[in-house]
Amino acid sequence: MSDWIEACAADDIDEEDVLRFDHAGRTFAIYRSPEDEFFATDGLCTHEQIHLSQGLVMGDIIECPKHNGRFNYKTGAARGAPVCVNLRTYPVKVDDGKVFIRMAD
Amino acid sequence: MTVTPSARDYSLVGESARRAVESGLAAAEWYHTDIPRKQMKELMQRSDAPAIRDTAIWLGLLVAFGAAGAALWGSWWCVPFFLCYGVLYGSATDARWHECGHGTAFKTQWMNDAVYQIACFMIMRNPVTWRWSHTRHHTDTVIVGRDPEIAVMRPPDLLRVVLNFFGLLDAWHAMVDMVRNAAGVIGKEEATFIPESEQPRAIRIARIWLAIYLATIALALYLGSWLPLMLVGLPRLYGAWHHVLTGLLQHGGLADNVVDHRLNSRTVLMNPVSRFIYWNMNYHVEHHMFPMVPYHALPRLHEMIKHDLPAPSQSMWAGYREMLPAFLRQLRNEDYFIKRELPPTARPYREEFHSEAALAAQ
Ligand code: FES
Repeated sequence: MSDWIEACAADDIDEEDVLRFDHAGRTFAIYRSPEDEFFATDGLCTHEQIHLSQGLVMGDIIECPKHNGRFNYKTGAARGAPVCVNLRTYPVKVDDGKVFIRMAD
Repeated sequence: MTVTPSARDYSLVGESARRAVESGLAAAEWYHTDIPRKQMKELMQRSDAPAIRDTAIWLGLLVAFGAAGAALWGSWWCVPFFLCYGVLYGSATDARWHECGHGTAFKTQWMNDAVYQIACFMIMRNPVTWRWSHTRHHTDTVIVGRDPEIAVMRPPDLLRVVLNFFGLLDAWHAMVDMVRNAAGVIGKEEATFIPESEQPRAIRIARIWLAIYLATIALALYLGSWLPLMLVGLPRLYGAWHHVLTGLLQHGGLADNVVDHRLNSRTVLMNPVSRFIYWNMNYHVEHHMFPMVPYHALPRLHEMIKHDLPAPSQSMWAGYREMLPAFLRQLRNEDYFIKRELPPTARPYREEFHSEAALAAQ
């Protein structure tokens, strides 16, 4: 399955912020960067299954609300303890003011 | 004489740990007060300015008091200077280690890391080990068998508490751990929360610290003077009292094995000097509920959510008047705890979290 799924309206997310998106039993985090680009990752922290959508976006970084672990949400790279495992990222496109993400299988 | 064994096994690899995992108490979902996202984002915002100011004051005073104490060494006039130096070395570092470990004190990450390393050395907490133990403390706050940072276990060991006002047991354990780590050995309990990939770093730091302490001892022997140790190492003992005084209040006498920080943590209103030393960790319920909020924003967070929290203790004195009798009762009945009252405006506790403990405490 490689369909684009509509996640939200672009305006639903402030610049430098994140939004939770649940779909087909899975949860994702959609980010809007300070440069007004959109990104998507798995919604749960790889440390302890906490929703990243409650966290803080700072530049390229999402900080997890539970233990302040950090990821680069553009690449998914783990960037600060206690997270050690990278986050999975998903392709995103914006069409007609709507944000779509493509889920790999 | 028959001694009834405690039902609580504080080992991280013991029976209570196993039960906590089995019952779902470990890594559970905790209660949070609702805060609109916009306000939460404002509270979480990072800034370098407050922590740079506070760190300049802290280090400036540390150097000034240390230099004055050293200059007056040999006369009684050095005593007040070392008393102040000791608190800045052996107590203020407890809060600086903690805040910078969360990465919230400064906006700039290397500043958090630098102060974290300095403070860890002074408070004698291996920066790798304690980063991970504190992570567990936030996941499983006061869950018996899971939380490695429970200061007063039940039934309370009051002698241990008193000795720690002088840092005696903590420093002793820290030294034993440092030597063991420096020898390349990670303990069984440490291995439950430090990932394998991080363990070599814990060992490397223990070796560096050991070298610093050995050099300090060698200098003291060479000079035939205690002065080098009065400046490095011993302040962890003679200056520990303030961090123990404030730290005991964080969870002392309150419920264990519950997943609502309103039940197991205590917010205490304090004088400005203690709040500076303690970097606002007196807002402890707030800190545990929202660890993303930097220390300098905790008073604002407190104002925002106090309608949903038990009333704070009005002073350290009031906190101790509540906590000490609870410790004494726990000597006879370790299941006893203080059940904090919520204001009528608060969302109620989920009673099932502590109904068993409450029954046992009757
Ligand atoms: S759950 Fe995200 S850092 Fe621990």
